Amino acid sequence: MTKLTIRGNMATALGAKLCRPDVIPAYPITPSTLFPEKISEYIADGELDAEMIRVESEHSAMSACIGASAAGARVCTASASQGIALMSEMLFIAAGMRLPIVMAVGNRALSAPINIWCDHQDTISQRDTGWLQFYAEKNQEGLDLMIIAFKVCEDKRVLLPAMVGIDAFVLTHTIEAVDVPDQKLVDEFLPKYEPELRLDPEKPMTFGSFGTPEFYQEFKYMQTEAMEKAREVIDEVFAEFKKKFGREYRKITPYKCEDADVIILTMGSMSGTARAAVNKMREEGKKVGCCKLTVYRPFPAKEIVELTKNAKVVAVLDRDISPGFGGALYGEVSAAFVNEEKHPFITNYIIGLGGRDILIEDFEWIYERSMDVIKKGRVEKPVQWVNLNEEVL
Amino acid sequence: MELYSKGHRACAGCAEPIAVRAVLNEAGPNTIGVVCTGCLEVVSTGWPETAWEIPLIHAAFENAASVASGVEVALRKLGKKDTNVIAFGGDGGTFDIGFQALSGMLERGHNVKYICLDNEAYMNTGIQRCSSTPYGASTTTSPAGKYSIGENRPKKPIAAICASHDIPYTATATVAYIEDLRKKVRTALETEGPSFIHVLVPCPTGWRHPSDKTIEISRLAVETGIFVLWELKGSDFNNIKITKKIRNRKPVTEYLKTQGRFRHLFKPEIKQDVIDRIQKEVDEKCKRFGVDL
Repeated sequence: MTKLTIRGNMATALGAKLCRPDVIPAYPITPSTLFPEKISEYIADGELDAEMIRVESEHSAMSACIGASAAGARVCTASASQGIALMSEMLFIAAGMRLPIVMAVGNRALSAPINIWCDHQDTISQRDTGWLQFYAEKNQEGLDLMIIAFKVCEDKRVLLPAMVGIDAFVLTHTIEAVDVPDQKLVDEFLPKYEPELRLDPEKPMTFGSFGTPEFYQEFKYMQTEAMEKAREVIDEVFAEFKKKFGREYRKITPYKCEDADVIILTMGSMSGTARAAVNKMREEGKKVGCCKLTVYRPFPAKEIVELTKNAKVVAVLDRDISPGFGGALYGEVSAAFVNEEKHPFITNYIIGLGGRDILIEDFEWIYERSMDVIKKGRVEKPVQWVNLNEEVL
Repeated sequence: MELYSKGHRACAGCAEPIAVRAVLNEAGPNTIGVVCTGCLEVVSTGWPETAWEIPLIHAAFENAASVASGVEVALRKLGKKDTNVIAFGGDGGTFDIGFQALSGMLERGHNVKYICLDNEAYMNTGIQRCSSTPYGASTTTSPAGKYSIGENRPKKPIAAICASHDIPYTATATVAYIEDLRKKVRTALETEGPSFIHVLVPCPTGWRHPSDKTIEISRLAVETGIFVLWELKGSDFNNIKITKKIRNRKPVTEYLKTQGRFRHLFKPEIKQDVIDRIQKEVDEKCKRFGVDL
């Protein structure tokens, strides 16, 4: 094991490198550009035996990923924001063709207005593409989750692609200390990719067939079942990862939730700030906890219900917005409780869009709003925006 | 063994399967095919059947070239460099929506042989105008009418544009000259790096001609100079080789009259100005290319 102080993009690039990918088609986009740069360097310096395809768009990046993966290669790429929006069509196809491609994402806002900073709109808006989605809180998680993602995706019970999100700038460009696992251990953990089905002249078959109404639904059902199976595979891989590398991952990671009246749900880098805020509020005697989601697809509904069912308020923080509804995570947490007899109040906070800083005070404000709900015994405003600058409106 | 088998669902008289069979039989079984969305994919890949006796991948409409890029690089990385990678795009998937991906693939120098099967409109969706549609042709989105002569823009010179990428080999072909097509496929396969072969494929449904006239019309396209058969190594157009020179080139009307898409140029009255413009442009092109014997 080596300890390095590196940026998030380098952490995901190192994670990818340790997985020995064969082909990396990529197109530069802020804030992910360092990923293809580092991969290019590794190849140029002979540290990585792989082929880079310097494509002319993100759409072609994902298209080339699909071609290379179908031909039997281990494939990864990186993108963000507009790039992910552009490749959206191909994200559905990668999943539908059951190709275990892994993509590192620097989670960034979508235009307009154009904005290069962090939110989760880019990947959240692709939640129905059939990709597994992991969100990292820190650079170490970015590196580890790349390795974990390949292991889960290539499992024969799954065979689906995955994205690993690290927050734009907050992680992509921020230097943190990271433990880099030994190559030997990663090789033991993630053996060579040997797909059962591939484009092979010895055994010709057609990939990406025309699916008529008699068959299409069955394809989608099997794909959805694979996503369901990913639940147990993720748990197995998390356990194996802990055994091998000593670091523990969980689909959701609670913090001081046992006796909490208010539980704040978070994703990504804001989760660390949430814990700091909880510590501060706990010192003031407030019964508050927080919980981060590392896995967003498959959605850990059961785990969230189990954790939060005895709380009085679940405050769901969304770094994304579905105009005309609210945050995506809020909708899914609410849906998770819909058939439960007893459930907490569920409230939604839209926060940190386009790189707006998320502060300890914001969590305190959310806690106060949550206490209002408890006092009044009802939710007056289910979706609220945090830290809006009223002067601009 | 036929590598593109019978039982596919192409329209009677469709020239695409003729071209695909010729290409695959020349390439042999150690070939991976990539096909873009369109007629060819729809008629040949309906699950659980397939007309393809080689491994085939279809992903989307605009990206046969970039999917093929990925396949080719993966094969190289996995030590299977001797497998041919052949991409098939329709004219929509090549001239229009797939143009960027094609340009990227050519520019990057992938060892991919790209075959454009050009039937001069979006036939799979019902005969809509494409940048491949020739001047004067009536389509469902460029219909002839009281105020319209049909398509009012000339055909995009796709093969010349591809050649301008300075790729090792570019050629044009059509199904009436099947040996010429096979020879060009052979040359492409023997040439390291990207090749582009533009194949004119008459479409009885979209061109509105009897299904037994496909080969005749394909031949007339060449004999009138509407479609010139050429090949070029590199991008110096001085080196262009006309593979079918024409003695006593026929007037374009002999080609136009065979197809319903040009009927409005002759009925109810002859639109001589449009026909004259088509003839003039063909004459100029044939002179430029040195087509006439």
